[in-house]
Amino acid sequence: MNNEDIKTLKNNSFKVWAVFATSIGLVMLGILLVKIGMDGMHRISMQFFTSLPSRRAEEAGIFTAWVGTLWIMGTTALIAIPVGIGAGIYLEEYSKKGWWSSFLEINISNLAGVPSIIYGLLGLEVFVRLLHMGESILAGSFTLALLILPIVIVSTRESIKAVPKTLREASYALGASKWQTVWMQVLPAAAGGVMTGIILALSRAIGETAPLIVVGALTYVPFTPKSVFDSFTVLPIQIFNWVSRPQAEFLVNAAAGIIVLVAITIVMNGSAVLLRNRWQKNVKW
Amino acid sequence: MKNLLITTAVALILASCGTKQQQTEESTGLKGEIKLDGSSTVYPLAEAVAEDFGKANAAVKVTVGESGTGGGFKKFGRGETDISNASRPIKASEDSACKAANIEYIELPIAYDGLAIVVNKENTWLEKITVAELKKMWEPAAQGKITKWNQVNPKWPAQEIHLFGAGTQSGTFDYFTEAVVGKSKECRGDYTASEDDNVLVQGIAGDKLALGFFGLAYYEGNKDKLKLIPVDDEKKENGDGGIVPTSETVQNGTYQPLSRPLFIYISKKSAERAEVKAFAEYFVANAGKLAKEVGYVALPDAVYELVKKRLAAGTTGSVFTGKNTVGIKMEELLKDETPVEATATEKK
Repeated sequence: MNNEDIKTLKNNSFKVWAVFATSIGLVMLGILLVKIGMDGMHRISMQFFTSLPSRRAEEAGIFTAWVGTLWIMGTTALIAIPVGIGAGIYLEEYSKKGWWSSFLEINISNLAGVPSIIYGLLGLEVFVRLLHMGESILAGSFTLALLILPIVIVSTRESIKAVPKTLREASYALGASKWQTVWMQVLPAAAGGVMTGIILALSRAIGETAPLIVVGALTYVPFTPKSVFDSFTVLPIQIFNWVSRPQAEFLVNAAAGIIVLVAITIVMNGSAVLLRNRWQKNVKW
Repeated sequence: MKNLLITTAVALILASCGTKQQQTEESTGLKGEIKLDGSSTVYPLAEAVAEDFGKANAAVKVTVGESGTGGGFKKFGRGETDISNASRPIKASEDSACKAANIEYIELPIAYDGLAIVVNKENTWLEKITVAELKKMWEPAAQGKITKWNQVNPKWPAQEIHLFGAGTQSGTFDYFTEAVVGKSKECRGDYTASEDDNVLVQGIAGDKLALGFFGLAYYEGNKDKLKLIPVDDEKKENGDGGIVPTSETVQNGTYQPLSRPLFIYISKKSAERAEVKAFAEYFVANAGKLAKEVGYVALPDAVYELVKKRLAAGTTGSVFTGKNTVGIKMEELLKDETPVEATATEKK
């Protein structure tokens, strides 16, 4: 075996390893989807989307749960995106590099690793009690927004960092102010990475149960929210409830609920990816 | 997947148009919001009551949470909920929290839950078990020592014993340890614990050497996979020999000590609101029927009569708190507290 062969062997085995590593995730996801699909697909019907929870598994539905999930996700996004991007821009473009900014940086990264139930306790104390939001969609959304802020901030910073310095300099050379440079040059150029961060963050938020239960999300809510001050339930809570029921028919409902949750996530992420791709096409340098 | 997306989209549009089918026209004229929270064991029953009550009273919004018995009482003690669901009586500390916040409550037992002792289908040696044997298996002293079946009873095989049970955070765990070991939360630590009874079902169904306990409803839902073991408390007054848990033996008190009462606690102030009063009355009147439907056991009719009277009289305070609810004689407890004239009519 000469040197050339060894190189080829190394090259190929690395490729095999990489393919294997990728397929682990895909195969797992595939097994999960097939299993859930087999268990729950036949349960998906109009009735399932328009009914309230019920003690009779075949009459039960997820109406208030999926509507609640959409409310929560929408409100969370409205809170987390502007705040997260704003903080990311400040840290990358405005703050002076020094001990203070590295201190902030470490803290934000640490926050991303805090268990979600802790955010729930924080939300209960601050939003529900101190700020008197009550056990409302607003309190739940603020809590989830806090939970995903670190992800949004970190990804915003990373993608702003990746914008070439020459772009900023060119902008300044043409007489643009700092605000104009950030808003019209840096942000559009970084939009792809920022969007990816937001997608990841919202995908995490949609499956959260623990912090929402702590801030007072309910399980049985027979009405849809009219405003962000109403009480609510979300899909993961309903799914969790059904999984823990003794009758096997509820497990079918749970599987169907999971399919809907996955579908909502895919639709949400898919539209974000579309949006991102369209955006990136317009960025030329 | 495409069909699913379309269904989702249609559902979305329907919801945004506000065309959700309205339930039957309100006939009672009641309206308002009633908040329930508490035990996840009581949840299926509360959900069933809320479901039926909601059909008859569309303008009353009944919400049910499941933050656990303890979590429910915390909210109740702050006046955040109208009714607290509980799988054990209120504790003295929770009672004083209510008193401090000036919250009086009406305590109503609403159903029984039986705890089943189950083993694997292929277990041939276990036909019944005594409470003493259960204690030998589960008490803290058994940790690391009682590891084989024949250490509990020499007639059983010299094979490993694998124990499955409720996690330490659940009311089921509290009750089981109190009933079997004699002191709440005292238990060996080296067993497979899960807060999700379905996990225990799977574990026991797949392990020939397993023994575990969980709510009777979980056995009913998985009869084909498990073997139910009669329990003998070795007290003649509760029936001789091993008693199989059924709705009869749980209800008439012979399945002892593993049947426990479930409760709702209604804030006295909330109960003055017409819709809460109507809901509470509806709950008591239908609890027996609905308990059976969701897998629990109804209280004897005589007890429901007493509970009804307790509600009508608005008797506050707890007759259960601080008492050991194992083997409790509910009728006697409630009768003691029921106003004299009510007791007189009850006896006919």
